[in-house]
Amino acid sequence: MRLLRIVPDDTKFDFMRFRRISFPISAMLSIAAIALYFFHGLNFGIDFIGGTLIEVQTKAGPADLGRMRSTIGSLQLGDFQLQQFGAPNDVLIRISQQPGGDEAQQAAVQKVRTALGDEVEYRRVEVVGPSVSTELLAYGTIGLVLAIVAILIYLWFRFEWQFALGAMIANVHDIVLTVGFMSLTRVDFDLTSIAALLTILGYSLNDTVVIYDRIREMLRRYKRMSMPELLNASVNATLSRSIVTHVTVAMSLLALLLFGGQAIHSFTATMMFGVVLVGTYTSVFIASPILIYLGVGRGRSGGADEPEAPPSAPAAASASAARPTSPPRARVRR
Amino acid sequence: MLFFTRWKAAAILLTALVVCLCAVPNFFSEDVIRHWPSWAQRHIVLGLDLQGGSHLLLEVDSAAVRKEQLQAINDDVLRVLRQARIPFTGRAIRGNGVEVRITRDTDLETALAKLRELSQPLSGFAGSTGQRTITVNESGGVITLIPTDPAITERVRQAVDQSIQIIERRVNELGLVEPTIQREGTDRILVQVPGLQDPSRLKEILGKTAKLDFRMVDVSMTPEQAEQSRPADSEILPGERGEKYLIEKRVLVSGADLVDAQPGFDQRTNEPVVNFRFNSAGARKFAEVTQANVGKPFAIILDNKVISAPVIREPILGGSGQISGNFTVQSANDLAILLRAGALPAPLTVIEERTVGPGLGQDSINAGERAAYVGATLVLIFMLATYGLFGVFANIAVAINVAMIFGVLSLLGATLTLPGIAGIVLTVGIAVDSNVLIYERIREEVRAGRSAINAIDAGFSRALATILDSNITTFIAAAVLFYIGTGPVRGFAVTLGIGIITTLFTAFTLTRLIVAYWVRMWRPRVVPI
Repeated sequence: MRLLRIVPDDTKFDFMRFRRISFPISAMLSIAAIALYFFHGLNFGIDFIGGTLIEVQTKAGPADLGRMRSTIGSLQLGDFQLQQFGAPNDVLIRISQQPGGDEAQQAAVQKVRTALGDEVEYRRVEVVGPSVSTELLAYGTIGLVLAIVAILIYLWFRFEWQFALGAMIANVHDIVLTVGFMSLTRVDFDLTSIAALLTILGYSLNDTVVIYDRIREMLRRYKRMSMPELLNASVNATLSRSIVTHVTVAMSLLALLLFGGQAIHSFTATMMFGVVLVGTYTSVFIASPILIYLGVGRGRSGGADEPEAPPSAPAAASASAARPTSPPRARVRR
Repeated sequence: MLFFTRWKAAAILLTALVVCLCAVPNFFSEDVIRHWPSWAQRHIVLGLDLQGGSHLLLEVDSAAVRKEQLQAINDDVLRVLRQARIPFTGRAIRGNGVEVRITRDTDLETALAKLRELSQPLSGFAGSTGQRTITVNESGGVITLIPTDPAITERVRQAVDQSIQIIERRVNELGLVEPTIQREGTDRILVQVPGLQDPSRLKEILGKTAKLDFRMVDVSMTPEQAEQSRPADSEILPGERGEKYLIEKRVLVSGADLVDAQPGFDQRTNEPVVNFRFNSAGARKFAEVTQANVGKPFAIILDNKVISAPVIREPILGGSGQISGNFTVQSANDLAILLRAGALPAPLTVIEERTVGPGLGQDSINAGERAAYVGATLVLIFMLATYGLFGVFANIAVAINVAMIFGVLSLLGATLTLPGIAGIVLTVGIAVDSNVLIYERIREEVRAGRSAINAIDAGFSRALATILDSNITTFIAAAVLFYIGTGPVRGFAVTLGIGIITTLFTAFTLTRLIVAYWVRMWRPRVVPI
């Protein structure tokens, strides 16, 4: 049975060569993303700036946004937004935080309910007062920072410091670009977005760790190979796995994006960007070459290594592993 | 790596089976499950975003609790000093404490000693914490009493506990199904009512403190005159329609003495009214007041608003009466509920509200299911196409993995939200990764020249360390998310976290087990990968 092979065996792409291009590009993109954050801003949801969110479904046909806008406008509730949300008779109403603390928010909801009356069905009402929203914003930011620090410590523990630093730089870069993406597309930035960012962080690290693991193994095995060559070999070796995994994750996310409904749309779109596009790129083109700049494997002459026995099993070899008897580098006919 | 003793294999299969069986109660409706033994009844709870309902976060007004505490200390100081017959002046609440000036310096020592008795030791979990409730200081003949911070926190905590009980009573009276009422943090209460569409009535009922007082109307002057002269013993309170009343400050009978309240209709006018009944102490006080004040108006005050001010026509000795005013049938019923449940110790404010209608809830479930089926199918087909027979093994492992996730969720009685379903779909992607790592490694070992069995063995041993590392990083992210998240986001963190644990379990055991048995049975020369 001919099996699907997206990546041919023994690929030998020279990924490291691109580092002279990829680093500047990433730097530029990161700066662009940060600029977007400050000048274009994020579309903060009510979770973080307080306010009211009402999702209504008009009972009789598509919603007349213009009329609803003027009805709500006449209530004098300050800034508000009306937009279609999925189906033509689904409307999302966002009212900014009312001055006067938590009671004022409640009063505003009542006013809207009375004004819109019976012609709509209330699918969802969310009111977040000022005290809760400031807390959620604080927790969200603290959470992100905490996760980055915790993972940094864990990686330091498992690998050397250069690996931990490299991974952190690569993944902070991931988050920065994703935030830029969110700013550009004006998706709602609320608690679920923080969830998406944290998941992207975890996932992208997943990837980076797999490559780092291979790099570490190769560093032990090939004492003389130059860094660019070694890194290339590592990435090429893990390429097949990376592609397959990314395809499966992309398929899961695609299913969520297409069928998961409007409620988690912003979440899945963000995840798709972060995990599939950025995550892959950074693991290969940033996280690996950065090790060169961080000084891993200095002093490698780039000479050829002694021909070695096939990869030996690690110290904890199971008793049933037989000694390899075939000569090294023999190819197995299939 | 491929060697499993019979015991080990049995243990693994048994664990997987038991955990999967835990998911079974979810397939049966509530009525069927009710008859099963209690340990078999645990099932997943649908979050509010999937079943529809209201989520209200209420905050206890700590400032009001503090004020009442100071008021109580103020009254206590008066009582203690009067009893000890110590003259004093300038007793007042100033800032965050109560101040009183002792007239005679000779009395200072005794006054201090007596007032110090008001402070009580605070007890923690293991007996006394050594802290007291009030700090009593003296300087220049003026004694200040300030409640300590632990005392205030304790009072707020008590207020929250009391409020929870009263909320439970009020919510039960409204006939709402299975509400969840629990404390959150130091001064907040979470109320979740599945199925509730319009929480307006609930919010109204919870928003009223419902403190009922009976006091005499001060007829010595008009309210306008009182505004000028500001008499010490009376205050101006508004009525239902904004009119002003001058009411004596002294509370004659309070709502705490009510034993029952029922909505009804006035015999003559057929207007909705609330009929109430006092306990014996309250009935006695009520009888005294009405006997002494026939012909004078008295006021019924709810939350500092006068709702009724009838003239006492005759002494009421039976301890029951009627409140009539501008009531509708609904508002009379609501007031009766509030009076029966009791007054809240402090006002509650709604600081967060999330209500999901049943339409959206059902749509979310459908969307979640659809996405899950489509995603799973795509992944399964892809694995089959890429790895053939081993793809089948991976698919079996992933299927058991998902069943185990549901099993663990059921065991914990955890809440499933829409992001939670997304978490499960994502876990399918992650779970496949562990298998991919193993299989790619096996392929490599085969290319490097190992025999079939050795390649498989080496593939597993090398890959498992990497699997552990990479999954732990995602787990850390999920753990952080669990702590900072609320509601639906927390549901996502839970399913992601549980998914990673079950993935590690299946990767380390089930996949290996399946492959090990296949190797043992078929003794392959070539790895079909």
